[in-house]
Amino acid sequence: MFTKYIFFFLSVLALYSAVMVLVSKKPIHSVLFLTLAFFAIAGHYVLLNAQFLAVVHVIVYAGAIMVLFLFTVMLLNLNADERSPKPAWVNFIAFVAGCMLMLTLVGVFRGYDIRVAQDPSLSQIGLVKNLGRILYHDYLVPFELSSVLFLTAMVGAVLLGKKEQL
Amino acid sequence: MPVLLYKTALASLILIMSLLVAMYSTLIERKVAGWFQDRHGPNRAGPWGLLQPMADGIKLFFKEEFMPDTADKFLYILGPSLTMLIACLTSAVIPWGPDLVIGGKTYALQVADINIGILYIFAIVSIGVYGIMIGGWASNNKYSLLGAVRASSQMISYELAMSLSIITIVMMTGSLSMRDIVDQQQGFNWNIFYQPLGFLIFLICAFAETNRSPFDLPECETELVGGYHTEYSSMKLGFYLFAEYINMFISGAVMATLFLGGYHFPGLDKLGLSPNIFAFVSFMVFFAKITFFGFIFMWIRWTLPRFRYDQLMKLGWKSLIPLAILNVVITGIVILVNH
Repeated sequence: MFTKYIFFFLSVLALYSAVMVLVSKKPIHSVLFLTLAFFAIAGHYVLLNAQFLAVVHVIVYAGAIMVLFLFTVMLLNLNADERSPKPAWVNFIAFVAGCMLMLTLVGVFRGYDIRVAQDPSLSQIGLVKNLGRILYHDYLVPFELSSVLFLTAMVGAVLLGKKEQL
Repeated sequence: MPVLLYKTALASLILIMSLLVAMYSTLIERKVAGWFQDRHGPNRAGPWGLLQPMADGIKLFFKEEFMPDTADKFLYILGPSLTMLIACLTSAVIPWGPDLVIGGKTYALQVADINIGILYIFAIVSIGVYGIMIGGWASNNKYSLLGAVRASSQMISYELAMSLSIITIVMMTGSLSMRDIVDQQQGFNWNIFYQPLGFLIFLICAFAETNRSPFDLPECETELVGGYHTEYSSMKLGFYLFAEYINMFISGAVMATLFLGGYHFPGLDKLGLSPNIFAFVSFMVFFAKITFFGFIFMWIRWTLPRFRYDQLMKLGWKSLIPLAILNVVITGIVILVNH
């Protein structure tokens, strides 16, 4: 009963802040609203009994990625009036593309049969112990491969960021 | 519902305690400074200056509420509020003592014993930069912005080494829950004896994360006026300053929990005390450990000069992070050999 109200609150918060990301005039407000949206989604994870995912979501998105966004926006000091207005055809194409995405999503979710998980062990899957066991037992190779991918991306970023020629 | 009631009461109690401790830390800080510099420190308000924090608080409340003309009004107020809120959040997962027994029922002296306590602390630490960045940017002042950028880049850099140094504790304990970590350090089995390097790295990072001297570059008076709070006055400034003391208290509590055995003390469980008195004594032991860390924070502030900015970055990225990674590798090997 109580969790139902929290669910509605978080959903409204997530949708509101997601809309405000688009509507806000100042880029810095958009960034902060996006952060708020991430927090609302982290709250949803907690409701789904996936505390680990929730906290990692906050650490990675709110704590790292959005801080870098904030940094960039602050240092560039972007302001609404300094942005050049987009030509009408760009807006039109964006509108059409957005409508198509909306149509696709509606189509996908209409055909999808939403069920509540019946297996009682599945409700515990988000706990860190179970998640770790699955990641390091059943999906060890893909997990390690993706970590190598991350490392490559990191090295690549440092390489690209270096000013002088190697 | 009594559980919910108890938890609410406990959370409020911890909040009030953090605020009180932070309040009196300001007095103790100035007393310690006085002691180090061979003078008396504040001694006019009340006996031994005991009413000084009240006087300071009243002064901050009655100061003129000033807001820069070009500031982003909402974010300008949000900055200090967020800093204060985030500073108070961490205390939720810290186990303050062993269980209380009231009317045959046990009550844990911990607001939330979640199974990812340490990650929760990481998360709070990582969002701690928002208050400072928002405040510094919203002031619309170059010194504020520079101070905010400095503070946040420093906090982001030291966060990494901090997390890496705690990973060794997690590896040894095999759990992310704060309660489990404390219970593994029963008696004198403290983590600091197994992880001296990790402790040192964590301690240094804690100084950088709380923006305390020798890492107080964000508010370097000689070059940045007041750093991110240059444009702040009245209680909004008070919030920023106050949050620093709360952070000091909480990081002391985290360090005591992770490395100094939390509320455990050798020989305490052999005294045969009744559960509630035992809980109280254990809490006092824990509090003494936190006070010790608080004193170290002040001791270093009044002893060491401040780092230069490039030295700070070099120390963080080129010394602490490699050392922390080395520590992780060594711990891994030792655990593997012992297994």
